[in-house]
Amino acid sequence: MCLTSTMTDSAQIVTVNAERIDAAIAIQFKEDMRSETENGASRVILDLSEVKFIDSSGLGAIVAAMKQLGSSRKLDLAGLSPMVDKVFRLTRMDTVFDLYASLNEATAVNNT
Amino acid sequence: MDDSFACSFLATELDARSGIGSVIERLRAMGLPEVRAIEVQIALAEAVNNVVEHAYTDAAPGDVRIRCNLDADQLLINIHDAGLPMPGARLPEGKPADLTVPLEELPEGGYGWFLIRELTSDVQYESKSGNNQLSLRFEVSATST
Repeated sequence: MCLTSTMTDSAQIVTVNAERIDAAIAIQFKEDMRSETENGASRVILDLSEVKFIDSSGLGAIVAAMKQLGSSRKLDLAGLSPMVDKVFRLTRMDTVFDLYASLNEATAVNNT
Repeated sequence: MDDSFACSFLATELDARSGIGSVIERLRAMGLPEVRAIEVQIALAEAVNNVVEHAYTDAAPGDVRIRCNLDADQLLINIHDAGLPMPGARLPEGKPADLTVPLEELPEGGYGWFLIRELTSDVQYESKSGNNQLSLRFEVSATST
């Protein structure tokens, strides 16, 4: 698992450089997100463009990452593949997160 | 089409990952539509994770055996293990999580059985003399999407 991070004027973009967020790496993902977003912006965009597969453990890890940010900061999700999008919508997580089809769409919205 | 195959792998996270991957590839090759392949992959991964994490929890990981039967209308997947039975030898309800709670109370787990129930048309479970079998049924008819 590897996360990379870029700061823009309005948000921190965290990119997941992995094809899967599953049970095998869920705990590591949560910890990596904690250190990556420690001093970050009030809006964090998680770029999932490279992620082809997520399971319920991975979903739980993203929920945990959002909770770590606290209620004053926001976690948005971008670049969801059809499979990832399906898991988020089936579990009604689209009512908890703002989902964007691409990173460009997410950054176009000045949503802080 | 009316075809079946079986495979088995060790109940570890990494063996399960490649085992599920090859089952899904095989189903695609047998003509399972892509939309269905995604749904089957989600449900199968949750079911096998459950075996890896709970059935073989205390012992050394044993085998997970999978048998698939695909015809024009439906796909039946039997998942067999020789680990611990489910609590009460019954399937979890898989109720949807309450997402209207405050942020800090949002559940970080427990979505797996809900996903399985949402994606399958039928789920059966049987535990008998040390053998557990979970049967997942999926509609695959080309008319529904």
